[in-house]
Amino acid sequence: MNDDQPFCYRVQNLTKAYGSRQVLQLDALDIRPGEIFALVGPSGSGKSTLLRLLNFLEPPTSGAITFQDATVDAGRPAPLALRRRVTTVAQRPILLNRSVWANVQFGLQLRGSRDREGTVAAALAEVGLAHLARQAARTLSGGEAQRVALARAMVIAPDVLLLDEPTANLDPYNVGVIEETVRRLNRQRAMTVVLVTHNVFQARRLAHRIGLLLDGRLIEIAATEDFFANPQDPRTGAFVRGEMVY
Amino acid sequence: MAGFFDSSRPLRIIQVIQIYASRSFPINGTGHGLIEALRLIFTGDAALLEIVSLSLRVSGIALLFSTLIGVPLGAALGLGRFVGRKLIVAFMYTGMGFPPVVIGLIVYLLLSRSGPLGSLNSPVVPTLFTPGAMVIAQSIIAFPLVAGFTMAAVMGVDAGLRQQVRALGATTWQTTLTVLAEARVGVIVSIIAGFGGIISEVGAVMLVGGNIDGRTRVLTTAIVLETRQGNFDLALALGAILLAITFIINVAMLRMQGKTLDE
Ligand SMILES: Nc1ncnc2c1ncn2[C@@H]1O[C@H](COP(=O)(O)OP(=O)(O)O)[C@@H](O)[C@H]1O
Ligand SMILES: [Mg+2]
Repeated sequence: MNDDQPFCYRVQNLTKAYGSRQVLQLDALDIRPGEIFALVGPSGSGKSTLLRLLNFLEPPTSGAITFQDATVDAGRPAPLALRRRVTTVAQRPILLNRSVWANVQFGLQLRGSRDREGTVAAALAEVGLAHLARQAARTLSGGEAQRVALARAMVIAPDVLLLDEPTANLDPYNVGVIEETVRRLNRQRAMTVVLVTHNVFQARRLAHRIGLLLDGRLIEIAATEDFFANPQDPRTGAFVRGEMVY
Repeated sequence: MAGFFDSSRPLRIIQVIQIYASRSFPINGTGHGLIEALRLIFTGDAALLEIVSLSLRVSGIALLFSTLIGVPLGAALGLGRFVGRKLIVAFMYTGMGFPPVVIGLIVYLLLSRSGPLGSLNSPVVPTLFTPGAMVIAQSIIAFPLVAGFTMAAVMGVDAGLRQQVRALGATTWQTTLTVLAEARVGVIVSIIAGFGGIISEVGAVMLVGGNIDGRTRVLTTAIVLETRQGNFDLALALGAILLAITFIINVAMLRMQGKTLDE
């Protein structure tokens, strides 16, 4: 964590286009170190695309993303070392066809390091799945698989955890476990979290700040309380009340 | 390797046949022929062993080359997006169904003394009628099979997996290896399919190997010869062994494919 910097990410004049189709246009967005920032918006508004850019999986079409002490410019892939400080848990937990343990250990393996301090076991225990370590990942239920995906992400101790609708389609129990784990990672390890969700209630439960994305543009960014109680943009109010037609 | 390509055989098949013939064993196949075939197999007949061993060595080495070329090629075609990809895929599909005997003919022409490769007199280019020439022909027959099945296996892996693996910090190389590991059963099937395609092939090895007794005679070409000469027991013994090998290959393949379905 870099405490003397007011931001973890600074996004400036960023656009992303696929072919001739522009899907993102963000003038300015700061994500603060140690916060949980929720990004809400209807389907197709560009939330997943923004997360891919924040994970440096794709470069922006124009503009720049400053992350900690490095700036990634348009059209150029980010250095590996930068990409390795961030990771994503997606809506669909795509696990490898290996044991649960091997899945959680995977990020360490990629970095050529070994599980010396029992990080893998600790991560599995943290999501309540220590007893499934030796099981084949393909035999897990949806909720268990998503918790393994979360454990797999936390093992590499990223500076930023990106979550792309991590609890869509999960039952309330698993939603609870995942939300609680994310909150703990944020509080105890000061992990910065960007949570994409279309569930405003989840955003309210977890986030310090919330941004609304519509058609690739940020309509409003506000502290969670203000976002709900005192929205500046009428579309925010409509979205919060579930009145937005999409 | 050198020993493999020019080893001399102590006992010639013809001698074996002559010995058996002089003992007035029936050589016309029925009943007795089968028993004799089994006897040849179970007493570990030297000439028979030589043929089996050469077959396995030629096809084994050819398979090694085919795997070294075919698996990376299949992975590149399955995962990459580059100019000329479609054309290479079209060539590869053609190669998968290409008549092996035509490949034998092409290799024959390339390696013959006046051919473009044979005329180089290079030590790395094997001469015609050696196991080395057979390895080349079989490698060319097998690698499109390995590449084609590997490509299909790799393309069957969840498209989101690559992105997720990269998000966890994988390099391009690590991502490719991870996808190949996910497709491992299909990759193994591709290798087995390649082996099945060459161990039982007769035309190409006949052309470029010449079926020389004790030097380039393999299971398939020996069967042809022994049948023509009326040595049905030996032909049957060889046939039984080839059948056993291909049977094992097919069982292995089915088991692996069944595993794909399970997983
Ligand atoms: N790789 C891509 N190629 C072309 N269009 C894409 C690609 N990825 C996303 N899009 C388009 O960008 C828009 C935003 O998509 P996405 O970021 O997935 O939205 P969200 O996650 O908010 O539902 C959609 O219209 C989608 O069709
Ligand atoms: Mg999305």
